[in-house]
Amino acid sequence: MRNIDTEPRAVPLFRNIHEHPQAPYDVAALRRTVRILDTQVRDKPLTYLDNAATTQKPQSVIDAVSSFYAADNANVHRGVHLLSQRATEAYEDARETLRTFINAPNLREMIFTRGATESINLVAHSWGYANLAPGDEILITHMEHHSNIVPWQIVAQTTGAKLVVAPVNDRGELDMQAYQNLLGPQTRMVAATHVSNSIGTINPIKEIAALAHDAGALVLADGAQAVPHMAVDVQDLNVDFYVFSGHKMYGPTGIGVLWGKEHLLRDMPPYQSGGDMILSVDFEKTTYNSLPYKFEAGTPNIAGAVGLAEAVRVMQGIGMDAIEAWEQDLLTYATGKLHTVPGLEIVGEATNKAAVISFTIEGIHPHDVGTILDREGVAVRTGHHCTQPLMKRFGIPATTRMSLGMYSTPEDIDALVEALLKVVEVFES
Amino acid sequence: MNPLQDLYQQVILDHNRSPHNFGALEAATHHGEGHNPLCGDHYHVHVVVEDDRIADIRFEGDGCAISKASASLMTGVLKGLPVAEARDMAARFRHMITDDVSAQTDEALGKLRVLAGVREFPMRVKCAALAWHTMTAALEGREEIVGSDSDETG
Repeated sequence: MRNIDTEPRAVPLFRNIHEHPQAPYDVAALRRTVRILDTQVRDKPLTYLDNAATTQKPQSVIDAVSSFYAADNANVHRGVHLLSQRATEAYEDARETLRTFINAPNLREMIFTRGATESINLVAHSWGYANLAPGDEILITHMEHHSNIVPWQIVAQTTGAKLVVAPVNDRGELDMQAYQNLLGPQTRMVAATHVSNSIGTINPIKEIAALAHDAGALVLADGAQAVPHMAVDVQDLNVDFYVFSGHKMYGPTGIGVLWGKEHLLRDMPPYQSGGDMILSVDFEKTTYNSLPYKFEAGTPNIAGAVGLAEAVRVMQGIGMDAIEAWEQDLLTYATGKLHTVPGLEIVGEATNKAAVISFTIEGIHPHDVGTILDREGVAVRTGHHCTQPLMKRFGIPATTRMSLGMYSTPEDIDALVEALLKVVEVFES
Repeated sequence: MNPLQDLYQQVILDHNRSPHNFGALEAATHHGEGHNPLCGDHYHVHVVVEDDRIADIRFEGDGCAISKASASLMTGVLKGLPVAEARDMAARFRHMITDDVSAQTDEALGKLRVLAGVREFPMRVKCAALAWHTMTAALEGREEIVGSDSDETG
């Protein structure tokens, strides 16, 4: 894996921006397995550029979910019958596949959740209520998704801890000097996004974590927007918690992961309680199950886990480095092409960026842009992207955001730019 | 006309670029504030009510072309109307933009009818409705920030 903390990204300086980059794998073949990409919307071929909101699913992911229900469905960790064994194996195999995906040291640290939001809530509630006191600080960044702000805000209000925000510079990068200055013995937790969902900035999580640890704080990284775009190694990053969602990495909705260091998870109280998370219950005392089951109360999303594991196999089959290289080429191509649209300004021009571009067009509100693009078959997100503080930081209410996936093509970007020129034409009339 | 041309008619683009009755109103007797958080459309509506009549009305704020044109057209139509008629106009307008697509457009709405195309765009109805909700809240003396009914998240 490339060390994103120290190496600047190589940007080809002399390539003609109108020249299509060449993919390192067969994107056309991949697209044929993602059938929704071949649909028509409003009598136009679909151009799907809203991958940061959710990704489309390869047929093998859909088939994995469907054949689990058709052939293996039963509850897990219960009963001695064959189907229950098969379901348990499928679920635990999925856990192992996800473990390899982020290079976690062991399965006890791999907790299935509903998604990144639930994973953050789990840590904020379980770790936060047990460990935070008045005078303690939780340090977040100005570019967090609401899901990495609000849970901490709620825990802070209850425990008397303080929520502190590290600033972002004009390019949309974390101000590392300011971040360092805000760290101190009072800092108990640093919660930072690995990749910004609204402007694509890749944060130097490894460096953020090392500095936090020097100050004696723990680190939670929100990897929801990182795992679809690059290889992630939680041991190399050396964070304490890493969270992500399945549906943003070509898997089903309603399944996600919390990875946490075992000694921390062991000391944390259960988040939700019920079946599967207990060893024995009587009315006087309940003994909790071991990790990871202590944090998986109730029947889990078994089919979701199975589908997510298949999504990992699809991505690993292509290779995370190949996906990253292709998306970076497309990002460079898109950045060049978008600048040809009159009045277009890109919001967030970090040196290290994932394949997400937010932009504004002078005098045209993003919602008007989105409506016209939709009529041209182009799906993008318009709005604040659940990052209102970041929008305020840039003095704008909203942006239009295009976000790429492993199956994106230069033709998708051409279709977007052509549609944007139509937007400008409508508003110039 | 295709639905898009119908939505972004010249009149709407003109009102977006140069809104009428735009700005503060010192003598206002009634104020309302409206905000649709998802898109960020945010307006203040100021009204001078004299003898149960809207003697003057202006608006301030920012948002998309549909919300701004709607606010601009609204102020033009309501100025001088009795308060009861303004309320009636708000109901008729709401009916028009949420109507069945094939429904006849209410003639009484006059130049507001350029916004009838919004009903083809369910996601944009709340944009057109915002100024009207804000005006109604102002007349009722409601001080909270109002929004259009919306299904947005974030």
